[in-house]
Amino acid sequence: MNRLIKFVVLDMIKNRTILGYTLLLAIFSWSVFGLEDNATKGVLTLLNIMLLIVPLVSIIFSTIYIYNSSEFIDLMVSQPVKRSKIWTSLFIGLSISQILAFVVGVGIPLLLFAPINIALSMISVGCIVSIIFIAIAFLACAITHDKSKGIGVSIMLWLYFALLFDGLVLFLLFQFADYPIEHIMIGITMLSPIDMARILILLQLNVSALLGHTGAIFTDFFGTIIGTFISTFVLCLWAIIPFYLSLRMFNKKDL
Amino acid sequence: MDRIKQVIDKTKRQTMLSILSIVFAFIANGKTITVGQNKQCKTIHQAIKIAATFDTIEIHEGLYKEGNIVVDKSLYIKGINKPVLDGEKKFEILSVKSNFTTIDGLIVQHSGYATLDDPGGIKVYDSHHVNIINNTLSDNFFGVYIQYGQHCIIKNNNIEAFGVEEQQIGNGIHCWKSDSLQIIGNKITGHRDGIYFEFVKGSIIWRNISYKNIRYGLHFMFSNDDAYIGNIFKNNGAGVSVMFTKNVKMFNNYFIDNWGDAAYGLLLKEISDSYIFNNRFLSNTSGIYMEGTSRIKVENNSFNNNGWGMKIQASCMENNIINNNFKNNTFDVSTNGSLVLNVFNKNYWDKYEGYDLNKDNIGDVAYHPLSLFSIIVENNASVMLLYQSFFAMLLDKSEKVIPSLTPTNFIDEQPLMHPILL
Repeated sequence: MNRLIKFVVLDMIKNRTILGYTLLLAIFSWSVFGLEDNATKGVLTLLNIMLLIVPLVSIIFSTIYIYNSSEFIDLMVSQPVKRSKIWTSLFIGLSISQILAFVVGVGIPLLLFAPINIALSMISVGCIVSIIFIAIAFLACAITHDKSKGIGVSIMLWLYFALLFDGLVLFLLFQFADYPIEHIMIGITMLSPIDMARILILLQLNVSALLGHTGAIFTDFFGTIIGTFISTFVLCLWAIIPFYLSLRMFNKKDL
Repeated sequence: MDRIKQVIDKTKRQTMLSILSIVFAFIANGKTITVGQNKQCKTIHQAIKIAATFDTIEIHEGLYKEGNIVVDKSLYIKGINKPVLDGEKKFEILSVKSNFTTIDGLIVQHSGYATLDDPGGIKVYDSHHVNIINNTLSDNFFGVYIQYGQHCIIKNNNIEAFGVEEQQIGNGIHCWKSDSLQIIGNKITGHRDGIYFEFVKGSIIWRNISYKNIRYGLHFMFSNDDAYIGNIFKNNGAGVSVMFTKNVKMFNNYFIDNWGDAAYGLLLKEISDSYIFNNRFLSNTSGIYMEGTSRIKVENNSFNNNGWGMKIQASCMENNIINNNFKNNTFDVSTNGSLVLNVFNKNYWDKYEGYDLNKDNIGDVAYHPLSLFSIIVENNASVMLLYQSFFAMLLDKSEKVIPSLTPTNFIDEQPLMHPILL
């Protein structure tokens, strides 16, 4: 299994797309901190980019990569290697390379320019978000055998989490404006990893005062040890559950 | 020739003045009573008892625990080497009940606490021409308290307290039903409100620093025709609030770091006919919050790094917002209604994306300072949950291109291309 992971990671590092992705992230982050004189503003802009581009690249790139390596997967399946091992090492290999790209691209400028606690939480949240969207990509690949369909599903999923979900939240907030739904909103936010990542970071920045009453309730929840534990746990679940589902499908799949 | 005549006139006037002052010094002819160990009097009480009107009492270094000291004669009370007057947390320390009294250079500490009669470190009752200068007031319920005072000067005092809760502590400088006060160069911290004005007229607040007070740095209620100039209000629980007042001038002040859930740089409520000129609003949750204000001119101010530069409720009318700089605010302006009765003109907005073909520094396209997201937030505060999300960004961008939900007449017709030098 280790050799498989090593193979995938090495293959990735040689991949031009990953290199380009790293470069893109680096250019973004350096220019953001170069242009903004205020570190908080820089972090906010970067957060915006991060929560848009990282999921998109993670999900699309992984989907395409898995479909492109279908021959390699077929070959491996014919060897005396367990299917779950092949699938898992593909997942781990992809995750490592994406995290590497993210840490090199965004992590270094963050550590240099942002306050250390915010930088560290941004990096860890960014890594988790990368893994989550790779897991979702795996699910999309397992669902359908057709490449174009799979990519379509990935794009739809990304669109849903990045955009549609927020639209739904807005709709809910207005429909139930007369009710005290702040606590329920904490639960609803957990249904989208992007939203959760964004709010987790926002609460650490001093802009959280702008969030008003709702922000105070969120701080009360996420500020506690239990809240931090639950939010981390939920984010991990977001990575584990899609991957586990995809693994089960892959195991039974007729290749 | 005229110039020479002027100089001669001036010299003449100066000579006259100095002669007059010498004459007065002889007429006044007060004697000096010293207080302290091995001095004429052991206690301040005794000194006040034997003093005649317009005498000087010199209090020398030492700790004086004399309970409540009532000053009922016109005296000049001067501290030598900062004597300490201690109220033992039981008494009001100095009660001034006479006109033409000066209190200079004392340390007044540990006044009593009572919510019924509001004891202060130094409290002035129904008097005029009282000067309170160069004192240090530490850990008092109220620092300086003026009630029914006229022509009083409170200058260069250092007022500090260690309040934790709003109900447990009084105000730094509290003025009630007074007239023509001058509050200059004081430093106030840790009180409920740094400076509090209620029914005070014709007064000036100049060059004070009010910071880290529990509620407001400065609090105006029903106080007309006042001015506050060149003050710094920093890091107060809720910033500065001016309420139910008309004709107030606010010039050259700094409103800094009033950051928190319900904090405002400057809260204006039911104000009219006032002038806000050349102030700086830096890093406040809301730079200016306006409610029910009318006929106010907001000119040459800078709004930097605030959550909201200005929040103008729909209950405001006929306000002119001219020649201000808005930079780096999360939202420059927000409002809660579609009715717009205020005028924005010739402001600099860092979010302005227009162009200037004739290079006259005025943008050729009008600027809509309201973002759709800020309006949605104003209607439903919880939507702030979507702050910085891609969705909110998209909403704003589409609204910028085709304004449909934001009031179309909420515009700056002549936005500036470059910030004003302030």
